[in-house]
Amino acid sequence: MDLGFLVIQFLNGLASASSLFLVAAGLSLIFGVGRIVNFAHGSLFMLGAYLTVALVPAVGFWAAVLLAPPLVALIGGLIERLILRPIAGAPELFQLLATFGVSLMVADVVILVWGAADIVGPRAPGLDGAVSVLGKAVPLYDLMLIAVGPAVLGGLWLLLTRTRAGLLVRAAAEDRDMVDALGRDPKRLFSGVFMLGALLAGLGGALAVPRETLHSGLDLQVIVEAFAVVVVGGMGSVGGAYGAAVLIGLVHAFGIVWFPEATLVLTFLVMALVLMLRPHGLFGARAGLPAATGGAAVAPPLTGVGRLGGGLWLLAALGLLAAPLLLGAYGLDVLAEMLILAAFAASLQWLTGVAGIVSFGHAAFFGLGGYAAALMVHHLGWGMIPALLAGSAAAALAGALLGRVGGRLSGVYLAMLSLAFAELLHAVAFQWVGLTGGDNGLIGLWPPAWAADPRAYYGLTLLLAGGAVAGLAGLAFTPHGRALRALRDHPVRAAALGLDVAGLRRRAMVLAGAVAGLAGGLFVFLKGSVFPGVLGVAMSVDALVMMLLGGLHALGGALLGAAAYQGLFVAAATLTDHWRLVLGGLIVLLVVALPGGLGSLGRRLRGRSA
Amino acid sequence: MLSFVRKTLLLGLAVVAGATASHAADPSAEPVRIGEINSYARLGAFTEPYRKGWELAVQQINAAGGVLGGRPLEVISRDDNASPADALRAAGELLNRHQVDLLAGTFLSNVGLAVSDFAAHNKVLFVAAEPLTDAMIWEKGNHYTFRLRPSTYMQTAMLVAQAKDLPVTRWATVAPNYEYGQSAVRVFKTLMSEARPDVEFVAEQWPALFKLDAGATVAALEAAQPEAIFNVTFSADLGKFVREGTTRGLFEGREVVSLLSGEPEYLEPLGAETPAGWLVTGYPVAQIDTPEHRAFVEAYQAAYGELPKMGSMVGYNTFVSIAAMLDAAGDTDTETMIAALEGLEVKTPLGPITWRESDHQSTMGAWVGRLEVKDGAGRMADWSYVPGEAVLPPASAVEALRPSGQ
Repeated sequence: MDLGFLVIQFLNGLASASSLFLVAAGLSLIFGVGRIVNFAHGSLFMLGAYLTVALVPAVGFWAAVLLAPPLVALIGGLIERLILRPIAGAPELFQLLATFGVSLMVADVVILVWGAADIVGPRAPGLDGAVSVLGKAVPLYDLMLIAVGPAVLGGLWLLLTRTRAGLLVRAAAEDRDMVDALGRDPKRLFSGVFMLGALLAGLGGALAVPRETLHSGLDLQVIVEAFAVVVVGGMGSVGGAYGAAVLIGLVHAFGIVWFPEATLVLTFLVMALVLMLRPHGLFGARAGLPAATGGAAVAPPLTGVGRLGGGLWLLAALGLLAAPLLLGAYGLDVLAEMLILAAFAASLQWLTGVAGIVSFGHAAFFGLGGYAAALMVHHLGWGMIPALLAGSAAAALAGALLGRVGGRLSGVYLAMLSLAFAELLHAVAFQWVGLTGGDNGLIGLWPPAWAADPRAYYGLTLLLAGGAVAGLAGLAFTPHGRALRALRDHPVRAAALGLDVAGLRRRAMVLAGAVAGLAGGLFVFLKGSVFPGVLGVAMSVDALVMMLLGGLHALGGALLGAAAYQGLFVAAATLTDHWRLVLGGLIVLLVVALPGGLGSLGRRLRGRSA
Repeated sequence: MLSFVRKTLLLGLAVVAGATASHAADPSAEPVRIGEINSYARLGAFTEPYRKGWELAVQQINAAGGVLGGRPLEVISRDDNASPADALRAAGELLNRHQVDLLAGTFLSNVGLAVSDFAAHNKVLFVAAEPLTDAMIWEKGNHYTFRLRPSTYMQTAMLVAQAKDLPVTRWATVAPNYEYGQSAVRVFKTLMSEARPDVEFVAEQWPALFKLDAGATVAALEAAQPEAIFNVTFSADLGKFVREGTTRGLFEGREVVSLLSGEPEYLEPLGAETPAGWLVTGYPVAQIDTPEHRAFVEAYQAAYGELPKMGSMVGYNTFVSIAAMLDAAGDTDTETMIAALEGLEVKTPLGPITWRESDHQSTMGAWVGRLEVKDGAGRMADWSYVPGEAVLPPASAVEALRPSGQ
């Protein structure tokens, strides 16, 4: 391999790094100050790109690149003012849910305004050629991008260290309440930071135009990669984001040379490796990062449901039991799917709401359970029930593994490790065609004769998935559940009381894994097939959305959340092609109106504090 | 909203047509219900033209008297969110709640396979429109599933038929790393090696789907110094690959053979940057001048004010085939319909096609030609139509490929 080629790949890596850095820097800043994981950041990048393409005919390429980012910053400001500020007091995960709703809406708005067809953007005038470096052609535009990354990094460094606003931003990242106490309004400060982050995302999108094909899936494509960069660099660290972007850019460029089949997993292997060696990323601060579930905020104590609530739950249970008498095959199919998703959401709630462990990759357990069950049937000819148990066991084992590997990680870092874990599994399922059938999946996995009737399979689902939801709700009131809640609200005090914090957290992950894996297996036999999508980001997000819609701390809320999400999705998707706009809008409305989730509705109606 | 307006307009058209044509479908007759599923929300770039195609077909069929002696076609269409699991729920709704007589549609291979398995499990006919995977009709083929569009194998074989005569021996491949890309490269290598034992494959690139790192991939391909490149990337990846490859001179002095790149869906976004000289499969819609095709293009333009795309042709032919099948069958019993579709010859805008009895694949073909740039837009030159019969293995060979008893 000649030197020229190595130099070229090095430059390619640096050019990609600059693109990645612009998006990741804003994401990192917003998290640092607001503790918000901004899921809509990829959407802001996408808007930056589309607005640039729209402006080019009117003002030319370079003016468009300068005009589009401030427009995106304004849009970011609107999102912050109208959606995030009203829910500033809610647990931080709800802000993630709100930004997820925004991202759904933006994806559809982009299609409505610019159409669904791919757009190959205009080239940059003056920089559309290439120069020869050691006998190889390097695009001039790439050389400019390589310079832009460090330039923006330098600008941000000056802003953060040499200006008063920057000082306040850094102070707020350390201790938000202290800034408040010093007489500075942290709301306005955060507003500014959010707009700055949006500006950077918009600039990233604008500068990507000559290198990217524009399509309405850009948002998700960018956001996952940007998460990885932010985590590897250390949440909140702008310099770390650049270092991580360079690392990941170079790993990609050289990975293509030596492991061309493995490009999908390289980013996440790097992320998992870094987190195992350095639990706060390469440049992350050790202190000042409270758990994403709410830091100092202590969850309300669990109470019984009261007479009215008890009556309603009893009614719901009777309804579920009577469903086979009332509904046809399709109705039972939808209801069974809802129960399975409810068990999936309840397992995440056990982890997050009860034990205080956030997971952004919960699909790992669901999908692993599904694939394990499917592979047992497909390759070994096992029956359905043993396969279901095997799926559940495999996911429980994965929970134990993740608990051991991620034991030292806190809050968002563990959440991101679980995301990396899910993405690795997804890549295996997607690309290892020999074992998993790849994208074409495994089909023909229908239930055996005794469970083939929709009523029989519904009954099995009600027993297993419904039982799991009810069992988890009951378990929260046992001493084990109380111990988990204690370490969620105050790990230090829990440890001082003699609780085995690490062991309890591992047990929570094993149980959550087992339930999610069981749900995954049930899902496979309901659908008669399994595809890599069960391990995808969208599936993990679905679990978060259902859990949060139901209410983070409302036991049984997972059932409500799954019913609401599934119901809204089926209704919206049946009525309109633009269901994402409708669904996203409804999620945003629900979050703003009911930050405690649907499960808190009863409590609100009874006049207690939510 | 837009689609609602358009549907209303189309309905209006159909009503007007019905009033003028004395033999239009009887609106009071029990309609034949077709459950249709596709990825409209997520993959609108491909599925919008497809929907326009089948809506045009249904409108023409109903205006001309419907099927089965006056019964109108009624299509109940559902979005599958580009997800097999969601497609299966929709299939269940269509079958159990709306009692459709058959299922049709789908674009993604995994969605198509999921629905095909659902069809076999529930003993209902499924006419797959667009999925490309060979598994659909061969390894995972079943009695209830038919597929219209020429498959990965067929389109690759069409390219090999010409690529084998190129005066080059050193090949590189670049394909998205999932079932479609892997199948295409495997078929290409197998068929090329059979036809030309002297070729060697000097580099393989497997970018993750829609995550092509274009600069690094182009540089790695260039470093292997191939004489020719077989490209399977498409859509967003294709745009990036073409731009980086052009800027870095990858395509200079090299033959490039590329799947699907001549289809208007992929060609239009490239515009003036269309890489001239690539050998591709596609659809030179504006240049085909047969009476059947002219009539199709004129009706399509009258309805939508634009040229059809590949998806439009696929949607149109799917529903024209379904109508022909229904008339041949005489009723909507599943086994009767399957027997009618097996071996059925259907007149389409691209000429007659046959639905093979052996593997349920239609013989719809594709056009093979070289790309060129004309008036700032890409188009195909030196093209010719390759019928499916020319590249499909004979019935005796495909029987071994299908699961026994199907």
